[in-house]
Amino acid sequence: MVYSYFPGCTLKSKATELDRKARLCAAALGFELEEIENWQCCGGVYPMAKDEIATKLSSVRALADAKAHDRPLLTLCSACHNVIKQVNNDMLKDADIRTRANNYLQLDEPYGGETKVVHYLEVLRDEVGFDALKKAVKNPLKGRKVAAYYGCLLLRPGAVMAMDDPENPSIMEDLIKAMGADPVVYPQRNECCGGYLSLDDKEAVAKRRNKIVKSAADFGCDCIITACPLCMYNLAKNDCDVPVLYFTELLAQALGVE
Amino acid sequence: MDRKEEILLISGVNVRKCMRCGKCSGTCPNYDEMEYHPHQFVYMVESGNIEPLLKSESLYKCLSCFACVERCPRDVEPAKIIEAVRLSAIRQKGANHIKAENVPELIDEDTPQQLLMSVFRKYSK
Repeated sequence: MVYSYFPGCTLKSKATELDRKARLCAAALGFELEEIENWQCCGGVYPMAKDEIATKLSSVRALADAKAHDRPLLTLCSACHNVIKQVNNDMLKDADIRTRANNYLQLDEPYGGETKVVHYLEVLRDEVGFDALKKAVKNPLKGRKVAAYYGCLLLRPGAVMAMDDPENPSIMEDLIKAMGADPVVYPQRNECCGGYLSLDDKEAVAKRRNKIVKSAADFGCDCIITACPLCMYNLAKNDCDVPVLYFTELLAQALGVE
Repeated sequence: MDRKEEILLISGVNVRKCMRCGKCSGTCPNYDEMEYHPHQFVYMVESGNIEPLLKSESLYKCLSCFACVERCPRDVEPAKIIEAVRLSAIRQKGANHIKAENVPELIDEDTPQQLLMSVFRKYSK
């Protein structure tokens, strides 16, 4: 399967390992990432306002491009995934937003939310399959205790994101098992890291960081994995000295593609 | 259109669905940092008591993490009300919460672009 790939701004700069290893692992697992030409930043946060369309247009352009190629749109960064999938839902269900966005963009063919948006993790689960992935593992991560950190953006709002049970997710734990490691389930795994507050209120984010990392450490993890560069930034330098990795870094180790 | 009508229009939220259970505030991960909490945003907008919200730092403490949206038993979507009040505030002339010239002193070598994008989307117009 070939996917239209939307890497997003941070995967081209501060989170290059999230991107590079995802590409290596995709090649090893037999699916193809075709980067969307001239993609534009998603804006980082879903624009909730009903009366704005300008902040939704970069997502619509990427979605329309994937539709023109008749491919699903694949994301890797949790924020890009959240923004593009929620905007796609608006284009499908909100006639006012759909009409105004199309009136502005004047695309060859109007866009109405036709593109399927999938996260890399969903491809691993639903296309590759965790059983097949397990067979592709060359270096099982035996004895590693890995805590999956979902944060907020992958799961919520659950009715739109529809990746997993928003309160009791298992997709990353199943990936961890397939890689031969032991998943560590802990209470704070789907609570926000403090997000964009880390520019303006570093103390509030430090409280969030300590609560989350301590929760994972108390349940015995030796590392935390994430799909989000901002979660990475907010959690990485923690008082518990727990390493935080992108999930693709651990997957590349397990598949032996480094 | 008065301020309340503007906020209801921006948010698309029906504040009258709220049954005051307080679950949104109970589940808010940033509750301790807020002067006005999610359930207060909902009922203060409903009652038209909006001026205190427009002036409060609480506008900039919501993480948009959607915990309140997910867990509201009445599907009120409090985060969308907070977003609409914040937009109503920062869309005023000269009311940006973050100015570009102040950003260099707030970042470090690891700051992801995603953070800057998000901050400008949330805090300035």
